[in-house]
Amino acid sequence: MTKKTVFPYIPNSVPEIQREMLDYVGAKDVMDLYEEIPESLRFTGNLQLPEPIRDEAGIKRHMERILSKNVNCNDYDNFKGAGCAQHYVPAVCDEIASRGELLTCYGAETWADHGKYQIFFEYQSLMAELLEMDFLTVPCHCGGQAAATALCMANRINGRKKVLLPRNMTPQNLQLVENYLHSVHSENALEIVLVNYDPVTGQIDLSDLKTKLDPDVSAVLIENPNYLGIIESNGGEIGRLARENGSEFIVYADPISLGVMEAPANYGATIGVGDLHSVGLHLHCGGGQAGYIASLDEMKYIQEFKELVDGVTDTVVPGEVGYTVVLIERTHYALREKGKEFTGTQNNLWMAPVAVYLSLMGPQGMEEVGNTIMTNSQYAAKKLATIPGIRIRFTAPFFKEFVVDFNQTGKTVAQINQALLSYEIFGGVDLSQDFPELGQCALYCATELTTKGAMDRLAIALEEILAGRE
Amino acid sequence: MKRDYTTHLRQFHEAKWDEEIIFDLSVPGQRGILVPSPAEGVVAEVGNGVDALPETMRRKKAPALPEVHQTRVNRHYMRLTQEILGMDVTPDISQGTCTMKYSPKVQEHLVAQNPNLVDVHPLQDESTIQGILEVYKKTEEMVNEISGMDAFCFHAGGGAAACYEGACVVRAYHESRGDTQRDEIITTIFSHPCDAGAPATAGYKVITLMPDENGIPSLEALKAALSPKTAAIFVTNPEDTGIFNPRIKEYVDAAHEVGALCYYDQANVNGMMGITRAKEAGFDLIHYNLHKTFSSPHGGMGPGCGALGVREFLKPFLPVPRVEYDGRRYYLDYDCPQSIGKVRSFMGNVHVVVRAYMWIMQMGAEGLKEAAICSVLNNQYLMKKISEIRGVKIYYAPGKRRLEQCRYSWEPLKEETGFGTMDVSKRIVDFGLEHYWQSHHPHIVPEPFTLEPTESNSKDDLDEYVAILKEVSRECYEEPELIRQAPHNAPIHNILVDEINDFDKIAVTWRQLQKRIAKGTMKEIK
Repeated sequence: MTKKTVFPYIPNSVPEIQREMLDYVGAKDVMDLYEEIPESLRFTGNLQLPEPIRDEAGIKRHMERILSKNVNCNDYDNFKGAGCAQHYVPAVCDEIASRGELLTCYGAETWADHGKYQIFFEYQSLMAELLEMDFLTVPCHCGGQAAATALCMANRINGRKKVLLPRNMTPQNLQLVENYLHSVHSENALEIVLVNYDPVTGQIDLSDLKTKLDPDVSAVLIENPNYLGIIESNGGEIGRLARENGSEFIVYADPISLGVMEAPANYGATIGVGDLHSVGLHLHCGGGQAGYIASLDEMKYIQEFKELVDGVTDTVVPGEVGYTVVLIERTHYALREKGKEFTGTQNNLWMAPVAVYLSLMGPQGMEEVGNTIMTNSQYAAKKLATIPGIRIRFTAPFFKEFVVDFNQTGKTVAQINQALLSYEIFGGVDLSQDFPELGQCALYCATELTTKGAMDRLAIALEEILAGRE
Repeated sequence: MKRDYTTHLRQFHEAKWDEEIIFDLSVPGQRGILVPSPAEGVVAEVGNGVDALPETMRRKKAPALPEVHQTRVNRHYMRLTQEILGMDVTPDISQGTCTMKYSPKVQEHLVAQNPNLVDVHPLQDESTIQGILEVYKKTEEMVNEISGMDAFCFHAGGGAAACYEGACVVRAYHESRGDTQRDEIITTIFSHPCDAGAPATAGYKVITLMPDENGIPSLEALKAALSPKTAAIFVTNPEDTGIFNPRIKEYVDAAHEVGALCYYDQANVNGMMGITRAKEAGFDLIHYNLHKTFSSPHGGMGPGCGALGVREFLKPFLPVPRVEYDGRRYYLDYDCPQSIGKVRSFMGNVHVVVRAYMWIMQMGAEGLKEAAICSVLNNQYLMKKISEIRGVKIYYAPGKRRLEQCRYSWEPLKEETGFGTMDVSKRIVDFGLEHYWQSHHPHIVPEPFTLEPTESNSKDDLDEYVAILKEVSRECYEEPELIRQAPHNAPIHNILVDEINDFDKIAVTWRQLQKRIAKGTMKEIK
């Protein structure tokens, strides 16, 4: 007879202990524990799962073998961003985020987990400084979700039913927003109107925006820098138009740009959103994402947030500071279906590396990293623009991403990216599906991690590929 | 010699650092890290990148972030982590409904360090992410088998998000059939609040059923609520009370009879793996919390993964992209015209799916079932022990076995001593336990507390937990001052919570606090 397996993660799988406990609860057999589940609902077969790999060494090896089928962005030169650009994550970020206390805790309240709430409060505070906005909750799932919720907040604030979004909005965020603003009854849905972008500059078309602004517009949202990398230099004007129309002005900003780029609140944003990815999170194949939402310090905004939020208060001991969850009455935890949308388990862990990141960087680090990113991206663009057949599509300044136009090369982006793989290069994100009006264009990204060598190699590779010499 | 917890309770004191807020550590000029400068050749070519910024968008005033050297930043956050318990240092039986199970460290090391996961871009060519796509597909196949569903999507970052995704799939399904009069969702009060909140966000009216004396709503109550307007029922089973609804199949049949779909919130499935499946109960959609049932550290509330499972006819509505396999290679399928689109960027929390894959692969069918059995055995053992503690009452279904968790009540304690569940919860922290989960709102069970002793806990863990509860109960009756002042050994004392809904007392950021201080409505923190 084979011996019963004792599982290292299941201490009471030891037969003698199990017997003792079964006796204590009056069960002859383990299946007696399930007497409330009728026979008809019992699963009587054996689950057809792969043969397990029980030993730790074996599972580690197995997993490493599977993952070795991937290629990573250290081995290849990577020029893809699109909301998941490769930035440096300082070692201290990982050190803190991997601390067992933080990693393995959950939603327990403040007494035993006080440090958790101080970290959350500091995250909120540090992001608030970057954004120059006073109110910020814990993060949601991703930047797209933050945008969707901000639009719903605007609707709850002013009751209007239409939102203006840029036609060149991050495609997956637009897809998320489209689903989120949809509703069972069409009269409860929010109408999305897309504002054109200028085909030359890549920026919001101001005249189109003006035409579309009407008294039904609840919110105007812009991305800055926008999905195509372009800096919306008319952000202030757009904000003024929006607010004069009685609409909320929502700005989706990349946090790593904010050491050099103006804080959204300073050009009129009433709600600030975006993704935290760039300030302390790893790529993780798209896993390292988390949305932030911030607002001005007014009750009409504060009461419309859907997430939990951590505040500071006193304790019974004079002078002692307590950090804890506040304002829970808004949420679905307190109100079920009457709460503000829904919240739940989202991305609290990521507050720690973001807080560490911003603490390490300080104002100087943020300014320097912004400059390095802009310098590198401009170099990459300039370098590529010299290659016959290639041009940079838009004229307006950009932050870390730019659109490379391959229409004159006679090759598709897909073909070019395929060819770049043999040079160990991940080419820019192919825009031909999401932006058919651009034809064969790709979104290239350079960050503080992009070396001159990598950019030069890219230029050489593209030259060879386009000349048919690869 | 083995410790007897009934006579020797652990002496515990958590770290208290009285740590400053990071802003107060700032020393002008200090640096936490140096960042890469652009190469000389790059600057020679394009100058300083920021000079290209249009004046309107150039930051005028640097963000008021602190300036702190690296040693101090590291020490600061290390100290704060020492003011957290977390289940690496305490058996987290406390957080019922949360399935706090051990996440093997072998997963953690791999997920945090393997560059073929950490440094992979989601939009890389499919040929360069075959490993990740394989993990997605194989994990899907395994959870299909565990649940009996036909397809899963791992995009949602948590259980509530999966619930929302499910509500959107329900909506899209009915719309695709032109069945537009269905605007109601039925749930039960002991189902998680997201079973009400998430469908409401998708635009549904929510009808909530209350329990009868057995702790579950009667079939008659459900039938009375069902109508041609019902889009779906969203139910947890077992509900947060740990009581399994033995007639669940009849509920599902009744809902199907009026053309409604049935959504099974399987956040509480830990005690049922390999024992009973959603398929046999007739459900159309379900979700698993991979970070609960299939191991992944909870991270202070995420990142997690709400895995949405559906039957074949609902598969076309799942978010894009879908991971598929053509017998030769794995690929991403975006061509899903009926899809609800996106609920989260890219493909969700890939690292959580990797952990779940590793866990299931290590456990195998036998291990999953053993985990389920031990979680239920632990719960029934704990229930019997706790039911003997003075001041505790267990509502509903007397004599019936519960599955993986139980909602208890300190109602008698409250009546006899004036101390309720919050008082006990604060005091147990002094013995090294995590503050426990009381109940979702509303508190139908008075003075509630909900415990879930997953399979990760040993009999010794359970015995110690019971001994602490017993001691705290004794203190409530005999040493009330100890309870009144609790916690004593935690990083902070009792907080004053009653003022925090006042606008002038709300400070959720440092800069907001400075404003309140300037206004005189709040005090400076030191």
